[in-house]
Amino acid sequence: MSQSVQTAPAPPEPGESPRVTPALRRRVLARPEVGSLVAAVIIFVFFLSAAPSFRSAESLFTVLYQSSTIGIVAVGVGLLMIGGEFDLSAGVITTSAGLANSMLCWYYGINLWVGAAVSLALCLLIGFLNGYLVMRTGIPSFLITLGTFFVLQGANLGVTKLVTGSVSSTDISRMDGFDSLQAVFASSFRVGSVTVWITVLWWALFVALAAWVLQRTRTGNWIYAVGGAPDSARAVGVPVIKTKIALFMTVSFLGWFVGMHTLYRFNTLQAGNGVGNEFLYIIAAVVGGTLLTGGFGNAVGVAVGAFIFGMTSLGIVYAGWDPNWFKAFLGVMLLLAVLVNLYVRRLSTTTRKAG
Amino acid sequence: MTDTLARHADRALHAGEPLIEMTGVGKSYGAIRALRGIDLSVNAGEVTCVLGDNGAGKSTLIKIMSGLHPHSEGRLSVDGRPVTFGSPREALDHGIATVYQDLAVVPLMEVWRNFFLGSEIRSGRYPLAGMRIRRMKAVADEELRKMGIVVRDIDQPIGTLSGGQRQCVAIARAVYFGARVLILDEPTAALGVKQSGVVLKYVAAARDAGLGVVFITHNPHHAYLVGDHFVILKLGATVLDKNRNQVSLDELTAQMAGGDELAELSHELGR
Repeated sequence: MSQSVQTAPAPPEPGESPRVTPALRRRVLARPEVGSLVAAVIIFVFFLSAAPSFRSAESLFTVLYQSSTIGIVAVGVGLLMIGGEFDLSAGVITTSAGLANSMLCWYYGINLWVGAAVSLALCLLIGFLNGYLVMRTGIPSFLITLGTFFVLQGANLGVTKLVTGSVSSTDISRMDGFDSLQAVFASSFRVGSVTVWITVLWWALFVALAAWVLQRTRTGNWIYAVGGAPDSARAVGVPVIKTKIALFMTVSFLGWFVGMHTLYRFNTLQAGNGVGNEFLYIIAAVVGGTLLTGGFGNAVGVAVGAFIFGMTSLGIVYAGWDPNWFKAFLGVMLLLAVLVNLYVRRLSTTTRKAG
Repeated sequence: MTDTLARHADRALHAGEPLIEMTGVGKSYGAIRALRGIDLSVNAGEVTCVLGDNGAGKSTLIKIMSGLHPHSEGRLSVDGRPVTFGSPREALDHGIATVYQDLAVVPLMEVWRNFFLGSEIRSGRYPLAGMRIRRMKAVADEELRKMGIVVRDIDQPIGTLSGGQRQCVAIARAVYFGARVLILDEPTAALGVKQSGVVLKYVAAARDAGLGVVFITHNPHHAYLVGDHFVILKLGATVLDKNRNQVSLDELTAQMAGGDELAELSHELGR
């Protein structure tokens, strides 16, 4: 097909434009992350006044670390949800990744880097299978990944019990490759009195990369299209199946990444960990303005959603309240976020009168 | 708007030259035969109207031509070569673009993103190469304006445009990206009189630019305004296949309304 784009006309002069610039208010409100930003500022100010120990750079970076452990996978889950699909296996795959690496190397006595690579391949395969089954069968991703979730949860416990005889993996801190892997995935350094965990930097990198891909690349255009209207996208030649499978694999890659962090930070893993985190990722994405039905959202919003999670989970502790209330608070946040999203979407998509 | 269409149309197109030829084409979904024995020719510079009631096989016919479903019998040739399309991308690569009534655009995406969807301008071939966003916005804005579609903001979600405007953007997009055959699926079905008029002007402009146009509709009045050749489908088979000079609007309307069946019904009802 010939693309006759060489004849690029000069962009119209700003002064000549007969169009009216839309009201700034409407433009700002139409951005997906605005609701979550407002909520984040309110919650931040609230904890600053309620919890004295919240008011320090140290606790801010502790909050950022807490946010990053959820935020890294949430970036992938957010992209996947913009692409119109769910992944309920995203929480438990972090544990599968760590266990695979740890037990493989411990059992065969091989270098941990080899185990990390095998674990990555395994996670990518699981992501591919999730995507392939969803696209091939047409069964909603909610059901397919719910199946994967249970399979992985059972396999984590079963295989760990077989290999180690208990429900936790063995200590691998003296095996080859541990120190270099820990440096990559689970190190921290001090800036003045502040401890900065490397996952915060990785989180920032992944958010920046996802934001770039979504807004400025062809792939991003395709992600919005396959989530917003997959049939329309396919009809104009967008490879819908490939795009969605790639999104599932992105989620499992980021799940592997966090799995590596948990393994190399704590040396041993409990086989039952990670269950329930998949909902935290989804909450971070939805609070950040991602539309549950796909086609709308952005990476910064998802990051703010994860930050709200980190802030509240630690803020409640800093304020000296009973942390058992945390989940209730999270639920209220989710409901509020959904309401704000509904309102914003109505505002930004209602037909505007011409002139 | 005619200028723009003419400027982007393929210069190698000669009026009357067959672009798509179908011989005995049929399609079965499992045990159900949705379409059988279709002979159809789409010529450059002509509008071929395909009429038919709901369930007559119109959608199946365009799905075969646009690559959404492969045909299961007969022969489909493009430029004289037999083909079976595996995906819409393959049909697009042959210059066959389809504008669907209900799936023309992605409503939540900006106008310029919709205009370039599937044919984005990139600054390089490497993965993660950025799109040339400023250029894409400028081109989309310019092209739409030349076609008389004034959007207030090229950054607004396309879902905020009216139905007629969305159809026009989709047609403009297909022509801009070098379509040689334009398949329009019920482009006027959901539109008011005035908006239908705008879309029909586009159909005529595309024909004058030398494109082969397939116009699917169940409205014989709209079809007769622009059509050169008329095909009526009923229950998956052709019941009328005539050129403009062989058929009158009354005949088309009568056939569409049910023809002989209607006469019989009138007799039975006895009024």
